[in-house]
Amino acid sequence: MRTKTKYIPVPSNAILPERDAAREPVLECVNLGIMLGGIKAVDNFNLTVGRTEIVGLIGPNGAGKTTVFNLLTKVYHPTTGTILLNGKDTHGMTTVQVNRAGIARTFQNIRLFKNLSVADNVKAAMNNDMRYNMLSAILRLPGYRREEIAAHRRALKLLSIFDMQNMADVPAGSLPYGAQRRLEIVRALATNPCLLLLDEPAAGMNPSETAELLDSIRKVHEMFQIAIILIEHDMSLVMNICDGICVLNFGQVIAKGTPDEIQSNPAVIEAYLGRRKE
Amino acid sequence: MTMKRLINLKRTEARRIFITYSAVVIAYVIFQVMSSSGFLSSSMRGMLVPICAYMVMAVSLNLVVGISGELSLGHAGFMSIGAFSGVASAILMQSTITNAPVRLALAMIVGAIFAAIAGFLIGIPVLRLKGDYLAIVTLAFGEIIKSILNNFYFGVDAQGLHFSMLTDTTRLLKGGRLIIRGPMGISGIMKIATFPMGFILVMISLMVVFNLVNSRSGRAFMAIRDDRIAAESIGLDITKYKMMAFVTSAALAGAAGALFAMNYSTIVANKFDFNTSILILVFVVLGGQGNMLGSIIAAAALTVLPEKLRGFSDYRMLLYAIILIVTMLGTNNAEIREFFTKLNPFRRKEEA
Repeated sequence: MRTKTKYIPVPSNAILPERDAAREPVLECVNLGIMLGGIKAVDNFNLTVGRTEIVGLIGPNGAGKTTVFNLLTKVYHPTTGTILLNGKDTHGMTTVQVNRAGIARTFQNIRLFKNLSVADNVKAAMNNDMRYNMLSAILRLPGYRREEIAAHRRALKLLSIFDMQNMADVPAGSLPYGAQRRLEIVRALATNPCLLLLDEPAAGMNPSETAELLDSIRKVHEMFQIAIILIEHDMSLVMNICDGICVLNFGQVIAKGTPDEIQSNPAVIEAYLGRRKE
Repeated sequence: MTMKRLINLKRTEARRIFITYSAVVIAYVIFQVMSSSGFLSSSMRGMLVPICAYMVMAVSLNLVVGISGELSLGHAGFMSIGAFSGVASAILMQSTITNAPVRLALAMIVGAIFAAIAGFLIGIPVLRLKGDYLAIVTLAFGEIIKSILNNFYFGVDAQGLHFSMLTDTTRLLKGGRLIIRGPMGISGIMKIATFPMGFILVMISLMVVFNLVNSRSGRAFMAIRDDRIAAESIGLDITKYKMMAFVTSAALAGAAGALFAMNYSTIVANKFDFNTSILILVFVVLGGQGNMLGSIIAAAALTVLPEKLRGFSDYRMLLYAIILIVTMLGTNNAEIREFFTKLNPFRRKEEA
């Protein structure tokens, strides 16, 4: 179990303040900003995510959405601002430490361990839960067997969320595209996150696959009761699934609110469609 | 590619491990019988132990190059550390432990420990690098180890152990013995390395590598090799696992070095130079990265080949190079590979 640290409420950053006030947020970003090559890739980014909230992060290409993910997972270190995960400052942490603290992610361009089997991809993500050492692995001591069997069972169970348990022994690189995206989600879940970051999970999927994905995300959300931040260009998916949406443009937050509010927000319409010629 | 074939992957892997173990056992029995019944020439008999040592070198380097995905060009350095520390310890133990196989086993353990320590120390700077840079720096460390051992003096007398660098300033008492004599290396080694011990070491190194690869550590090695960024995102400690593979590999190389050295009466640091490192890398590449049986066969074949080509005198190395190139081309040719797959008696029917 993760230890809870003291929470200082920052209600002004919440997408849905009235909802968030009742729960402890899992993530708070305060004035987050980063300079990349002299450009403010992300600037003054404020966001609070409730414990079981699904948040959509949308915006035109190059708006800085993936950069936000890279900041949260410490691929980049922010030049300004603070990230609080479960109320704890993640300043100075590495990607590995942030993952152990509870953030798991998927990637825009799929990054699976292509030569490993599907089950091994998932089991690799359980590495930090396993305790047996190198010697018991080499000598095949009982601890090795016990933990490997338990890990395999859990991997199959996680894979069964997406009906992929039959593919457990297939090399991950030979899976069809949609299955690869789903496997990335399973792999992320295997690290026991409290916050899941999905970077364009529906990219390259046809409408029926996208509909399936929507069900899967809902299922994961219900089963694990975790917070999800979703970067997505498929508006039907975002509007259907998200509790709150945050719109980025040129590294700045231009709107926050419920799906209905976002759809009628003039700033958002302008960012996506441009301004009407007078 | 059929789905069935893919699902058989795990079973295929278990079968491949079984075939590797049995191939080594069968080869051992055959050569042991041939050697004791006098069918082997004396030159071939003398090569049995070096072949075992090179097999262990190839398997251990395959852990770093094939499984962990880092090109290491200084593997002979660890072999030399194992050789020198192993032989020195065997000489020190000569009067206390009279049983030769036990002394050899202890010497190999000492060699493994020293090589592992060296692997750890070298790993600290080296494993911060990636790709080509890592390869170049391991090459440099291999040369540094050679230079250090070329200038290292180590002796023992009634007062205990004495070391010195560059020149011999150990000033041993009368009755003391200078064991490592800088560029002259170690001479007067008791040749206690035997083919059965070599066989045991090959089996142990196969067990270490196979069992490690099929554990959480092995999954981590291969995950990091396949995608470093994704591996970090699921909380795998890159440095820890790279170090684990590197040190394990160095330890096995050290044991192989000790075995190798105790097959000769004299050993010098120059024997373990860049060429030896490259030779071991050739075993790995020819045998297939991550393929332990391939490494073993390549090590045996390429150790025997120069001897068998001795009849061609001046053209020996030319022929060796041509055979190497043809084999490399052949093993990378899809049609030739398919031809050999068809010949494989272990192939399952439904895979056809």
